[in-house]
Amino acid sequence: MLSYFITRIAQAIVVVFAMSVIVFVGVFAIGNPIDVMIDPGATQAIREKLIAQYGLDQPLVVQYWTFLRNVFAGDLGTSMVYNIPVVDLVFSRFPATLELVAVSVLIAVGVGIPAGLWAGYRPDSIGAKLVMALSVLGFSVPTFWIGMLLIMGFAVELGWLPSGGRGDEATFLGVSSSLFTPDGWSHVIMPAINLSLFKMGLMIRLTRAGMVEAMGTDYVKFARAQGLPDRQIVFSHILRNISIPIVTVLGLELGSTLAFAVVTESVFNWPGVGKLIIDSILQLDRPVMVSYLIMVVILFVLINLVVDLVYARLDPRVRLKGGA
Amino acid sequence: MSAALEVRGLTTQFSTRKGAVTAVNDVSFLVQPGRILGLVGESGSGKSVTGFSIMGLIDEPGKITAGQVMVQGTDMRGMSLEEQRKMRGRAVSMVFQDPMMTLNPVLRVGDQMAMAVRVHDKVSKAAAWDRAREALEIVGIPAAVERLQAYPHQLSGGMRQRVAIATALLHRPAVIIADEPTTALDVSIQGQILAEVRRLADETGTAIVWVTHDLAVVSSLADDIAVMYAGRIVESGTAAEVIANPRHPYTRGLIDSVPGLHEPGQDLPQIPGSTPQLANLPSGCPFRPRCPRATDICATIPPNTGTEAHAVLCHHPLEAT
Repeated sequence: MLSYFITRIAQAIVVVFAMSVIVFVGVFAIGNPIDVMIDPGATQAIREKLIAQYGLDQPLVVQYWTFLRNVFAGDLGTSMVYNIPVVDLVFSRFPATLELVAVSVLIAVGVGIPAGLWAGYRPDSIGAKLVMALSVLGFSVPTFWIGMLLIMGFAVELGWLPSGGRGDEATFLGVSSSLFTPDGWSHVIMPAINLSLFKMGLMIRLTRAGMVEAMGTDYVKFARAQGLPDRQIVFSHILRNISIPIVTVLGLELGSTLAFAVVTESVFNWPGVGKLIIDSILQLDRPVMVSYLIMVVILFVLINLVVDLVYARLDPRVRLKGGA
Repeated sequence: MSAALEVRGLTTQFSTRKGAVTAVNDVSFLVQPGRILGLVGESGSGKSVTGFSIMGLIDEPGKITAGQVMVQGTDMRGMSLEEQRKMRGRAVSMVFQDPMMTLNPVLRVGDQMAMAVRVHDKVSKAAAWDRAREALEIVGIPAAVERLQAYPHQLSGGMRQRVAIATALLHRPAVIIADEPTTALDVSIQGQILAEVRRLADETGTAIVWVTHDLAVVSSLADDIAVMYAGRIVESGTAAEVIANPRHPYTRGLIDSVPGLHEPGQDLPQIPGSTPQLANLPSGCPFRPRCPRATDICATIPPNTGTEAHAVLCHHPLEAT
């Protein structure tokens, strides 16, 4: 178990390092951020002074070395646009994204897994076919379009929900979140549904596939031969067997949604990190891009670690060990 | 006293695009408590479907279309689905072919067995685990308490099959359907399990229907034998009688194909041809195209030309000796 963790941490360090090189070189290739930020009327002298101030006149290797030294000193840089440390910037935005993603994952799991179980239990019923058709829509219709339809319907025509933004926050047990106020919920529910549709479709299909396969296995037949009712067979026998692929995909989806809920955040004007990274790319805010992507890598590594631990809990045949 | 299991005129059909296929055709037999019936046939003869039909576990597109399954005198087919479910595990139980697949890989042996206890008897979890331990001891598993804590992958194949048999025995059912339960095991383990099953039938009075393709196994284990071909029982009688004195040409062929009975170096006799597809059976006797004794009259379904004790569905049975 200990060797497993050491191996994983070593792997994570290599991945983060490789990622930082790729991102740094990529960002370097895009162009000079000073040209975007500077007043077009500024003189060449001011321009060159600024370039030198940010160290952009140095060769790539030197710039990267400076960056690495700063990172090990705990300094991920300062945003060129907001002029505040990147870490502070990201963490000021992160709770909003976390709220949105948490609610959307809950919706996706809460609706998708029961619907998938049912569709797999009675694969020939009309309802199951309807569920499957909806799941195809869920991940083939573009997110931004559904988002706009939701706004048109519930915000503009019906006027039930606000069209965007994050609601009032309240503090509970030392945690500040908009999920503690009714206003917060009225703001979060529409973008969360929008963000959940793709994941919901995925959950439905994965769960159904697992369920259909499990229904034909001997251990299910054996359980039925013991007189177990179907409900108990599904929840005590099957669900745990089919949960491994579900947990895998959920982990991947959780990571990518946390990092890149860009489209939904833009459509609903949600002040999260997805919107931050898009704005940074548009403004060539180099420190934010590099540091953010590195933080995303760390996030993925952490989520995968948790997923592995969950595997070992779910399936007794999985043993965590070092190497590989 | 009524028989543990009596099957009368059981017929199971599967609807396919080409129409209904009859997998089990007018099958009747009777098993007394503590007796073992060997249900013998090749793959596709309908022997496993017969087993599942008795359990009431035929899935769509299959359906039992006629007949009765009497367990201790009550007809299971007359029951509601819920009543049938309550019979399963308590009055009739089943053991499958591949012990690697019949236990749930992610649940402890004890949890699975306790679930099977508690579905019919409202007892505490601790009491259910205790019942499971007793059942494991009955089938000869040493260190039963530790085995209950184990996951299936930590046990050997023979051990898993014993666990499956113990699970089937939990409620002391009147009947156990055993669907080729030793086919996937090593020969040495197979022998142990067979001896164990024989002992259990004698001691507990459970009637066992032993479904198999292996005549050698049933000849040493079973009290009675029923030979199935293309969905029908073509010959039935006591094991000693059927093995020593087979009267159906198909049974004769099966016995002749058992390797152990021949001198080494000689060609093994075979039954020509292969089992017919159920979707297009020949008219009359289904064995007709492969039968050395077939004549024109075999185009009609043969009646029982044997006795009640030793039935043979054949127009030209071999001579009784």
